[in-house]
Amino acid sequence: MTWEIDFWLMIILIMFAVLALEVKDLLAAVGILTGYSFLMALLFAELGAPDVALTEAALGAAITGIFLLVTLRFVSRREDPEEEEDA
Amino acid sequence: MTSRYDSLFLDVVSRAIVPLIQIFALYVVTHGHYDPGGGFQGGVMLAASTILLRISQGDESYERFSASAGLYLAGFGALAFALLGFMSMAFGGNFLEYGYAVPGMDGVVLRYWGIFFAEVFIGFLVWGSLVAIYDGLTTGGVDE
Repeated sequence: MTWEIDFWLMIILIMFAVLALEVKDLLAAVGILTGYSFLMALLFAELGAPDVALTEAALGAAITGIFLLVTLRFVSRREDPEEEEDA
Repeated sequence: MTSRYDSLFLDVVSRAIVPLIQIFALYVVTHGHYDPGGGFQGGVMLAASTILLRISQGDESYERFSASAGLYLAGFGALAFALLGFMSMAFGGNFLEYGYAVPGMDGVVLRYWGIFFAEVFIGFLVWGSLVAIYDGLTTGGVDE
């Protein structure tokens, strides 16, 4: 429980979250979200919650990424503002 | 993603890594009652190994683990978990109060094995449901 590790993990976590929201390529957004989950698992393990960290690593970094990737096959890959207005 | 992605590296690495994932998942499930982990986490890992085979091996993976097997696994897990819970109700305890599950046996032993079997059944339930969700997403619905 070193505060420096917590601090920098938290900073990178916030950067990943903002990046996942801002990026226009949805495939890249899924990848960043998976990295976000992995960092979250590291943070949980560092804060002394190995049970939650195991769940987050298995579910957030593996299964959620796969399900979002499969879902991407049915939607357009790029987030396009003009198409959203029509829909 | 039912077509196989034609890459030697992907094929060899996924074949090599799936047994390791499954052994670690079994460790997590069977040590869940006194270590970090448990049925849910181990079940998610088993589902991840099955889905990795689905992605990398394509249609071949359905020969060993058919598209409807996920639903049957989930149903078996849920039913067995419910039976375990009601077993102790039949002999005078509350739902999932393992100490009453088998009359005449020591309560401590019963609670130990009761938690163990609950973890195992939850593992089956999570494994089956996640694979069924994946199959439903890729094939457009799972039939009987």
